[in-house]
Amino acid sequence: MKDFLNDWGLTTMVFLPLVGAVVMMLIPKAEEELHKVVALLTTLVVGVVGILLTANFDWDRSKDLQFVVDKGWIDVIHSRYTVGVDGIAMPLILLTLLVVPLIIVYSWNHFPEPHNPKAFLILMLVLDTGMLGSFVAQDLILFFVFFEVVLLPMYFMIGVWGGEDRQYASIKFFLYTLFGSAFMIVAFLALFFVTGAETFNMVELARLVGENDVARNTQILIFGGMFMGFGIKVPMFPFHTWLPDAHTQAPTQGSVILAAVLLKLGTYGFVRIALPILPEGAQWWAPIIGGLACIGIIYGALGCLAQTDMKRLIAFSSVAHMGYVMLGIATLTDFGINAAIFGMVAHGLITGMLFFIAGSIKERFHTLEIKRLGGLLKQAPYMGWMLGFTSMASLGLPGLAGFWGEFPAILSAYNPAEGLNVGLFRFYMFVAALGTVLAAAYLLWLYQRTAFGTPNEEFAHEHVHDAHVTEWIAWLPMLVLIVVLGFLPVLIFGMTSDAVQVVAQALGR
Amino acid sequence: MLATLVAQAAQLPFDKPTIDFHALAPEIVLVSLLALVILVDVLKLEDGRRFIAPLSGVAMLASIIPLVSLALDGADRTMFGGAYVVDNLALVLKAMFLLSGYVVTLISSNYLAEGDFWESEFYLMMLSSILGMVVMSSSRDLITIFVALELLSIPAYLMATWEKRNLRSNEAGLKYYLMGVFASALMLYGMSLLFGVSGSTLLTDINDAIAGGDSSTPIITLGIVLVIVGFGFKVSAVPFHSWAPDTYEGAPTPVTAFLAVASKAAGFVALINLVFIGFLGRADVVEPMMWVLAAASMTVGNLIALRQTNVVRLLAYSGVAQAGFMLAPFAVVGTNADDALTAVVTYLLIYAGMNLAAFAVVIAVSRKTQSGEISSFGGLFGYAPGLAVAMTVALAALAGIPPLGGWFAKFVVFRALASADSASGYTLAIVVAVNSVIAFYYYALVLKAMWFSDAPDGDTMPIRVPVSLVSALTLTVGVTILFGMFPGLIGHFTGNLQGLLAAVGR
Repeated sequence: MKDFLNDWGLTTMVFLPLVGAVVMMLIPKAEEELHKVVALLTTLVVGVVGILLTANFDWDRSKDLQFVVDKGWIDVIHSRYTVGVDGIAMPLILLTLLVVPLIIVYSWNHFPEPHNPKAFLILMLVLDTGMLGSFVAQDLILFFVFFEVVLLPMYFMIGVWGGEDRQYASIKFFLYTLFGSAFMIVAFLALFFVTGAETFNMVELARLVGENDVARNTQILIFGGMFMGFGIKVPMFPFHTWLPDAHTQAPTQGSVILAAVLLKLGTYGFVRIALPILPEGAQWWAPIIGGLACIGIIYGALGCLAQTDMKRLIAFSSVAHMGYVMLGIATLTDFGINAAIFGMVAHGLITGMLFFIAGSIKERFHTLEIKRLGGLLKQAPYMGWMLGFTSMASLGLPGLAGFWGEFPAILSAYNPAEGLNVGLFRFYMFVAALGTVLAAAYLLWLYQRTAFGTPNEEFAHEHVHDAHVTEWIAWLPMLVLIVVLGFLPVLIFGMTSDAVQVVAQALGR
Repeated sequence: MLATLVAQAAQLPFDKPTIDFHALAPEIVLVSLLALVILVDVLKLEDGRRFIAPLSGVAMLASIIPLVSLALDGADRTMFGGAYVVDNLALVLKAMFLLSGYVVTLISSNYLAEGDFWESEFYLMMLSSILGMVVMSSSRDLITIFVALELLSIPAYLMATWEKRNLRSNEAGLKYYLMGVFASALMLYGMSLLFGVSGSTLLTDINDAIAGGDSSTPIITLGIVLVIVGFGFKVSAVPFHSWAPDTYEGAPTPVTAFLAVASKAAGFVALINLVFIGFLGRADVVEPMMWVLAAASMTVGNLIALRQTNVVRLLAYSGVAQAGFMLAPFAVVGTNADDALTAVVTYLLIYAGMNLAAFAVVIAVSRKTQSGEISSFGGLFGYAPGLAVAMTVALAALAGIPPLGGWFAKFVVFRALASADSASGYTLAIVVAVNSVIAFYYYALVLKAMWFSDAPDGDTMPIRVPVSLVSALTLTVGVTILFGMFPGLIGHFTGNLQGLLAAVGR
């Protein structure tokens, strides 16, 4: 068993969804139930493999890559199939393993128009492979391939199953991301040639950059290329404009997956690739990233206050929350990066949950216009409470998961890494703290308008079904985790702290 | 009188060239089967028609067998004083041409049989053209290159006009012909200048002669520029691309596929031979010119493609842009000829697969819709999911989205450009990067129609796809996906091409 996991565990986990997708391609379209079962089973088996991997993960060595497989892949360009997990990737992999089956359960009876579960679930499984692959890849080219694999399925998911403006939103999503990754690949190649490396292995490249004393200006330029790739994906201000459109137009499932996992590919890229490989570049870029993150926090929050559509509001809140994550990363301290990773997981759970609820509200009321909603607590009390709970988590209430992503990130800016302008970062801290107040404002105001009061005239006499069974199954694990992580943040911090130490050391502290 | 002439001729020194029949086996097989096709057509007339297409397919597959044995043998074979060389590069390219020809046969057979076309003669033309391409792959001498070029072009001019009673097809052929002849004339003039400077038609000799010769730089420059311009027409690089869209749209679609893949690749093969052997010593002339051609081709091609409403025209302009991507590595030929060569050849191989896949779908869909408009692809995902997915794979590959073949093609181009480690290399890499984003927009126009729109007129009758088209699609889509997921495979073919560069001491 142990041998199998060491040699094949990660590969099985990453490619099993793809196998499931191929199987589903062979099943006729009319067998809808079968498709759902196959898709769910596939993701559950993937989850079991993930759990086995977690169980066999050596937590005392969480700073090291484990279950490493290093096989030849593209010899001509010295790129290898290198995969492995350490404490940084682990929480994000677990998040992915959790969220995808939940989305499939949620979808069970709620496939958005034009229905077609076969195609929808196949795309979902391909997405799963892309996401898991990105988190385990330890070779820049392999990472790049997985990073891009998610694009097409998401494009189709938004474009086919999305809302009114889906065509515009889907192409915008695609072009923005593609634009970033084109720069990213040039940056990867520049790195390869500048270091004279015979490999694209991330660890090896980081070592070579240090050894060869790659000039600071070169590092800054290459970091710039990566910044385009990862920053657009996060998304950072001013590249965030694709996100509200994509989120608003995507079907519920697409929004959840986008919020829960896809955005993390960008922040993960910073932590995994950009910072450790290019420490001096990071040093130069940190104040800029921090500044853009703060603008994102305030801009996102103000954007939220101005929204009239619930889903669009949540989308803007994503911009703000990812701002905290990026601020944590920009401090270049282990404290800040730990907070950032916690923030990624927390945001994934909380915002994913908010999108779930928004999707269910949309399904019941056929609108998400805030001023037409109201009295949710009366009509569907469970859903109302859940919305309230998740909003509280989202605004960073202590005791819930959101707090541990936000508060340490702000705190870390008080004491940024050596060489960074302390005054500037303390100013950032002030701005970010201001953002939490705004966050409380827009979330509570949203809750007040949608859940309190009496139901709007037009819906007052309609029967509104409270949460369905499938919704309960999909939501409970997320709600429970939000509480558990709120009380036991050590669950995540314990995983990440050692591995983050390695990153921080690479940054020279 | 005659007797004395013969007697005199017999006195002249004549070295009988040693002919390596194994090395020439692919060409010999192809020519014999081509002759067989003529015989069958002449002797059996109407009855023979149904054998012609399969026979042409067999001809091309059979010619691959000696290629395999040559590849296993592994030795480079040089004939005719260095004018004809069979090395790894030549073998890979020959295989590509023969396989592309085979796929074009597959996609043409039903198209021709069901339309108002001459059938047998078509395959004959195509085989001749392929023969020219196969010869081109081995040509290392100006005259051989020119003969190969004409052998592959003249049948192609005819094929473009194959829809005899269609004015647009006639226009297509005539435009192609006039432009082609014009280009040949320029090229010949350039070749004559180079011959004048070097006193030899062998590319290696030309390289030796022009590499150091500063005294006659203007003539050498003019010669190189004219030759490259001539092939610039062939590969439809901007600003010599104007014939391509009209020709592609007017010609019968299988012919368009042939022109867009095989014929264009042949132009690139000629450029490879010329630039990487003949002009390698004068990178100072080649590089700036190729930089401009590459940047102009991809930018202009992409920008015009954005406005197209017809799939074939769209693919034509996308082909112009793709030619730009393929020309880009030529712009760093002086600093890293090795990587540049690998990049161009890799791109050619992958491009053949993905572009043929796209054309195969266009042909399959037009069987039902009788139209090439993008809107005619509306709702395809609903009533023909297989074709829609195949087209998605092809277009996403052309756009360079991993894990489909095209990403690796673009990647090796980036790699070649970055490896030069020069400002011009990185600038061109950025131009390529920006252009690959623009390109996705117009490929997405087709994707959008297929996936997001409803079928025009609500006509959702399924499409009957003949077996030959299915096999063509399986082959091309399979190759596209395979090369994307395991680009290492392609490394087997492109990993050791350095034999070519060894000829000029690199």
